[in-house]
Amino acid sequence: MKFGVVVFPGSNCDHDAYHVVSKHVGQPVDFIWHKDTDLSGYDALIVPGGFSYGDYLRAGALARFSPVMTAVADFAAKGGFVLGICNGFQILCEAGLLPGALIRNRGLHYVCAHINIRVENSDSFYTTALKPEQVLRIPIAHGEGNYVCDDATFDELVDQGRILFRYCEPDGSITDASNPNGSRDNIAGITNRAGNVLGMMPHPDRACEEMLGSNDGRDIFRSLTAAMAAREV
Amino acid sequence: MKAQVYVTLKTGILDPQGKAIKHSVALLGFGQIDDVRQGKYFEIALDDGIAPDEARARVDRLAREVLSNPVIEDYRVEMIP
Repeated sequence: MKFGVVVFPGSNCDHDAYHVVSKHVGQPVDFIWHKDTDLSGYDALIVPGGFSYGDYLRAGALARFSPVMTAVADFAAKGGFVLGICNGFQILCEAGLLPGALIRNRGLHYVCAHINIRVENSDSFYTTALKPEQVLRIPIAHGEGNYVCDDATFDELVDQGRILFRYCEPDGSITDASNPNGSRDNIAGITNRAGNVLGMMPHPDRACEEMLGSNDGRDIFRSLTAAMAAREV
Repeated sequence: MKAQVYVTLKTGILDPQGKAIKHSVALLGFGQIDDVRQGKYFEIALDDGIAPDEARARVDRLAREVLSNPVIEDYRVEMIP
């Protein structure tokens, strides 16, 4: 099961993702430069956090035009797993692989903190190792994580169980106070229709070691590798 | 030939920056300002050899596909001969 971590100019969590896959997931992993277009041989891609192209124009807007993104779209269309974290989520929205957009945080501030998210659907490729409504403690670090979408898109996300994570209190209750950025309905992570593409603002890649304050992110990677293993059989 | 492109947030999309500006100008004593919405402005220089209709079509496509995100933004193009 081979992972690839896509690297854009300005990515800065590419090494975090690489570290987690090689050390905790225990699978082979390569960096994929944004000018590469050959993704054959990979089973899952991580589009990591950072500030691709300096967040110029809009966060994620210019990364969409990197040569690798056409290949990533093909990869996703064929069912390949694509996990976009933070700036990766912004890029996947800009590229149209996920619906909606991420705008400036409601409070304007860049928020860097451990927050709580609740598992809304434990039946997806990325959440089978988690329990329904389980609360995870995962860090966020973003200035533009305020998820917006139109009503039709929102209804579709809800009806199809594509909202995997929502910001919550430590006890799992969904409140406005626990929403760090103003995201619609406290949305922290969503998938595409087929469920193989996940975008999330919280960083599971920074929550795989107790020393870093939480290892709750491991179960997301465990779920993903289980889904990848099931596919290989 | 030049083109001017204005990109603005769609009605109903929250604009935290506009709200902060409105708050600050109120503190500075600017009264009777009901709302501030922040947008983006682009000036694009085009090759003079392009026919006006073609130039407009190109800038329109640029504004739609790159300069704005249709999920959250509208755009307006003005051509300057």
